Amino acid sequence: MTYFLQQLINGLQLGFVYALIALGYTMVYGIVRLINFAHGDVFMVGAYLGFFAIASWRLPFPVAIVVAMVGCALLGVLIERLAYKPLRRAPRISSLITAIGVSLFLEYFTSLKFVFGPYFRAYPRPFAVRTYELAGITISNIQIIVFGVALVLMVALTLFVNRTKTGLAMRAVSFDHQTAALMGINVNNVISITFGIGAALAGAGGVLYGIAYPQINPFMGIMPGLKAFVAAVLGGIGIIPGAMLGAVIMGVVEKLTEVYISSTLRDAGAFAILIIVLLVRPSGLLGKKQKEKV
Amino acid sequence: MLLEVKDLTVDYGMVRALKEISFSVNEGEIVTLIGANGAGKTTTLKTISGLLKPVSGEIFFQGKRIDGLPGHQIVRMGVIHVPEGRKPFVDLTVEENLRLGAFTRDSGDISGALERVFKSFPRLRERLHQRAGTLSGGELQMLAMGRGLMAKPKLLMLDEPSMGLAPIMVEEIFSIIKEINQQGTAILLVEQNAFMALQIAHRAYVLETGAIVLAGRADELRDNPKVKAAYLGE
Ligand SMILES: Nc1ncnc2c1ncn2[C@@H]1O[C@H](COP(=O)(O)OP(=O)(O)OP(=O)(O)O)[C@@H](O)[C@H]1O
Ligand SMILES: [Mg+2]
Repeated sequence: MTYFLQQLINGLQLGFVYALIALGYTMVYGIVRLINFAHGDVFMVGAYLGFFAIASWRLPFPVAIVVAMVGCALLGVLIERLAYKPLRRAPRISSLITAIGVSLFLEYFTSLKFVFGPYFRAYPRPFAVRTYELAGITISNIQIIVFGVALVLMVALTLFVNRTKTGLAMRAVSFDHQTAALMGINVNNVISITFGIGAALAGAGGVLYGIAYPQINPFMGIMPGLKAFVAAVLGGIGIIPGAMLGAVIMGVVEKLTEVYISSTLRDAGAFAILIIVLLVRPSGLLGKKQKEKV
Repeated sequence: MLLEVKDLTVDYGMVRALKEISFSVNEGEIVTLIGANGAGKTTTLKTISGLLKPVSGEIFFQGKRIDGLPGHQIVRMGVIHVPEGRKPFVDLTVEENLRLGAFTRDSGDISGALERVFKSFPRLRERLHQRAGTLSGGELQMLAMGRGLMAKPKLLMLDEPSMGLAPIMVEEIFSIIKEINQQGTAILLVEQNAFMALQIAHRAYVLETGAIVLAGRADELRDNPKVKAAYLGE
């Protein structure tokens, strides 16, 4: 039982990191109906920005997270403006292919020696790892930080979307661009803001991932990106609480599959979930049963 | 002249929807644009509000050229378009819908604007925290117009406000349109219900397959035999 609880906590930790990535997928899909396949690579860039902030620039850990978030936000906005915006009226397949292109570009460009380099790097831990024992379950200060930062960001996002004027504009635009424009909303700006926020969350996720699973490389975003995408679909793509729920489930299922069944089946579990969701409930756990909104 | 449309031509790809149409709306007026299905009424409003870009022609609002401006800037100038089919944000509450209507205004002005809207549409106050998707057709039209009023329009453009409503509700909506106009807002009313539209309008234009074929005072058009035959079913 304690072993189960221990693995549950480990799974939740993973799930919280996935959640930070899944939110960007779901927000961007909600607003422009695009699966931004480059999103996992933005997460990777966030991990590297945190790496340099901690190891090279010797910044304190909270500042490193902010650096990663701001850097990724700018990258997210840049990607949207340069790659996706010109294609907004084009058939959807064009932007999907472009997304894959942007993803490959980020992976191989950052692999260059003068950028991040193609090799694995050990992630610097900004502080000594400590563990605390609680009723037989061990929790590390790293885990506490992952939970804490992810929770704060998710609460902040929820408040932003539900309580601010810009958040209201985001919800209006995700419903219908034309009608939102008739309200006087600058739709292009709202789309950019959405990409920026999604990318910032992924950036924070990258830093948390770095300190928790301390090794990074330019291709590290692929798997977490895919799993976060599955999480977003599982929760109901376009729905913010859905992404959080889906991600937590994904993290826990992955961890439990790894320790109770087989570590080689770990990733297969994620895609089994995707297939099951698509078959049984294509609109996701929190999605409406009806077809996609117009 | 509040709004002036000059030789406006609009295409959808290869299809020409408007052919050099010209018309105007003066301060304080109700002007109606009537015409059958597919005549180009919605296209006209969408082009004025910046959702469509014309092929040629010019649109002036208070003497400033607005064609080519992005939609949100046109809204800021006081040109408000209440779209065909009402287009409520169904997942949002009535209150959130109304707040979106006031998006271009300072938050300080909102409670006053809400009160103003409740005066015309008291029913919206009772429904304030309900999801817009749960409203009836008549209530949705009230919400769409209320949302438009929240922006304090100088020109309110209404696209088929009577569509799908019971006769008594149509009466109510039209009397409110008249009231809004009497309080100083100019109105550009697009309607298939020519009978009702010609009753409250000062002037009217008849649109047929993308061209204006008749124009004049509403009471004159009401007596025009062609209009009677084609649009009033007499
Ligand atoms: N998105 C579009 N793509 C192609 N053609 C369109 C599009 N929208 C409208 N049209 C065409 O443009 C013409 C004018 O359409 P519009 O919607 O302006 O008519 P309307 O007068 O508003 O008609 P209704 O009374 O049915 O609303 C029609 O022939 C229509 O088929
Ligand atoms: Mg129409």
